[in-house]
Amino acid sequence: MSEQLDLMIARVRKGRMTRREFVGRTTAMGLSAGLAGALFSKAALADEPIKGGVIRAGVAGGESTNSLDPALAASDVPYMINRTWGETLVDVDANGAVEMRVAEEVSSNADATEWKFKIRAGVEYHGGGTVTADDVVATLKRHTDEKSQSGALGIVQGISEMSVEGDMVTLKLASANADLPFLIADYHLNIQPGGGVDAPAAGNGTGAYKVVASEPGVITTFERFANYWDSSRGHAETVEVLTINDDTARSAAIQAGQVHVINRVDPKIVEALKGDAGVVIERAAGPGHYVFIMHVDKAPFDNNDLRMALKLAVNRQEMVDKVLGGYGSRGNDFPINAAYPMFDDSIEQREYDAAAAAEYYAKSGHDGSPIILKAAPGAFPGAVDAANLFASSANAAGIPLQIQVEPDDGYWSNVWNVEPFCASYWGGRPVQDQMYTTAYLSTAEWNDTKFKNAKFDELLLAARGELDAAKRKGLYSEMAHIVRDEGGLILPMFNDWVESRRAEIGGWIADPQGTLMNGTALNKCWLTA
Amino acid sequence: MHPVLKLVVQRVALGLLLLLVISVVIFLGVEALPGDTAQAILGQSATPQALANLRAEMGLDQPALTRYLHWLGGILTGDLGAALTNKADIAKSISSKLGNTLFLAGSAAVIAVPLAILLGILAARYAGRWPDKVISAVTLTTISLPEFVAAYFVIFFLTQVFPIFQPVSLVLPGMGFWEKLHAIALPVIVLVMVVLAHMMRMTRAAILNVMQSAYIETAELKGLSPMQVVWRHAFPNAIAPVVAVVMLNLAYLVVGVVVVEVVFSYNALGKYLVDHVTKRDLPVVQAVGLIFAAVYIFLNMAADIIGILSNPRLRHPK
Repeated sequence: MSEQLDLMIARVRKGRMTRREFVGRTTAMGLSAGLAGALFSKAALADEPIKGGVIRAGVAGGESTNSLDPALAASDVPYMINRTWGETLVDVDANGAVEMRVAEEVSSNADATEWKFKIRAGVEYHGGGTVTADDVVATLKRHTDEKSQSGALGIVQGISEMSVEGDMVTLKLASANADLPFLIADYHLNIQPGGGVDAPAAGNGTGAYKVVASEPGVITTFERFANYWDSSRGHAETVEVLTINDDTARSAAIQAGQVHVINRVDPKIVEALKGDAGVVIERAAGPGHYVFIMHVDKAPFDNNDLRMALKLAVNRQEMVDKVLGGYGSRGNDFPINAAYPMFDDSIEQREYDAAAAAEYYAKSGHDGSPIILKAAPGAFPGAVDAANLFASSANAAGIPLQIQVEPDDGYWSNVWNVEPFCASYWGGRPVQDQMYTTAYLSTAEWNDTKFKNAKFDELLLAARGELDAAKRKGLYSEMAHIVRDEGGLILPMFNDWVESRRAEIGGWIADPQGTLMNGTALNKCWLTA
Repeated sequence: MHPVLKLVVQRVALGLLLLLVISVVIFLGVEALPGDTAQAILGQSATPQALANLRAEMGLDQPALTRYLHWLGGILTGDLGAALTNKADIAKSISSKLGNTLFLAGSAAVIAVPLAILLGILAARYAGRWPDKVISAVTLTTISLPEFVAAYFVIFFLTQVFPIFQPVSLVLPGMGFWEKLHAIALPVIVLVMVVLAHMMRMTRAAILNVMQSAYIETAELKGLSPMQVVWRHAFPNAIAPVVAVVMLNLAYLVVGVVVVEVVFSYNALGKYLVDHVTKRDLPVVQAVGLIFAAVYIFLNMAADIIGILSNPRLRHPK
């Protein structure tokens, strides 16, 4: 047995075996799960970072319309690029805990209405100079400006007052929010000199790598920043982000060794890639999910019995198997899963139940006219397939669900948030409060199910200021039940991040917070050969 | 004025007028697309406030005619403006990408055009016999494959089975000529496969057509070998239609290769145009659209002029 164990530890060190695989096999050999986990960590840690070399990432989701302005980032390539040259005050680590970056200390008052961030001394910008508390405030102000186009606008709007005292930034909130550090970790909020007001797209930040050349939608080249403050990051001498939107070309590029890491591996080709000894598949269960959304204020979806009938008519396991190729988990019609802190895992899993669906459908008194679900290939990967599976399981329950396929082009402006029933996706948020506030609060601008429930709003606001974790978990559980049983959300599946790296890449960790190790793969990985 | 010179002047003037008309058509086309730049940028994260802010900033709240005239005024003074989406200078973005587009098109043309004409001549010489059938079968097969399928085949064989080339055609400033050529080998192969058949078939048909003429019979009777007949008598008289098709294919190599650019992540104009159409970024669509239109107009003009020059009867009109 020890021979086998040594072999496996060696494989872990070479990065050829994932934690899941290691623990699975060693427990099968009779080891306890706890011991197996500890062994894995030890084996993985024995791998000391190696300095130097070039690491290339082949990333899907970039266009020649992209910019280095962090406020405008909305797809995977600019996200990865921003995370490579810039840093936020704090970050959320792979275990869901707040990690200090430009700030070195965070504290709040007793009712979570006032937050203090102590700015780390000596954090240098690539263009010279160090981060000051004033830069931090200027950055946050730029993103909170109503005129800004920042993707973080909704996130930082709750800050009512910002002040500076030496190296201390104080943020006063309009209402209590125990999750503020998680919100400040948003990737748009890279700290820039002078807040980036004068040169938003200069790419001048405090990250481990500085931008050498940037050709939007093609390639961005970085070199290691010699004065970077954190020696545990920034191992390769040069890193590059290549935009490779074509799925086949991206997987061919990693097989040929032209790139070292890629995102969005199609579950359909995972098996083919696994056969290549030079390539390792990585997966992380994240908060992202695929949805079918009904407007609860429009007929026929204003009838909760009809909504319930549709929810019961989804075969979730089938979708996870066929659409996600098993790389995901079943949803339960509320947007939270185990990737979130304070998730209540005791809520009963909703299953496909044709008889119960038919019963609810009869009770709803629907006139039998076709119920139209709009979907586009780009609503989420496999959206049209998923919609067809939904239609066939619903039809089996006697519900006249019909699919109408729309073009990708213009889908987000003409169908989503306009049509009463369509396919969509959410990338998830670091904490429950933010997910619910973004899309389920009555006043939320992105409330894409038009869900308005006074009781729910009340619970959400109460949870926001509740610092007692147990009570807070209880409030979230109650909210989950309301959305699950009354909301307009049909959430059949949570999708895993499925990615791939070359075997010679060391330091990879499964990070559920975002794609490619929450955008930090180039900062944290190194070349072992 | 020499008739050929007169023709060139006329064609250039007509071309410029055509470009103006095309710019109106492109403008109206983009206007007619659902959604605008602001909505396309914000996508799923659009809120009414953010939309209004963005529209005001990009000048999209102005009437369409004002925006068109503003753009026209800019271009007449040589100012292509900046992209609405990322505010990048359009002239600067285009200059590097146009170079790459022409490099790829030129490399493919240098291989494809002589090869197609040679194969066409061979096919005509052996018309109806096995060399003709093999040439036609092979080239028609490659043209019938959709470009991305051909690209995937090439990627599979030349990067996986025989790892000679890289699947991503990364061309960076500072790379040497041969290094660049190595980087774009795969897209060049695909493009040659795609354009070969059309030119080959046209060459073959044009030569066979001429072969029916009385003077060909004379040439045969005076004892020339079949290859000499084709090369010295048939081909020179078949040049006009062949040039027309060659020009059409050259234009295609410049403007029509976006699928190939995307598959090989090649930094060129086609992908740049499509990305900006998706975002309704009008100034960029206009600029690239006009470049593409100008390429077509210029190459067609060149085809006509070469056709005239190659034909003494047209060269000296009575």
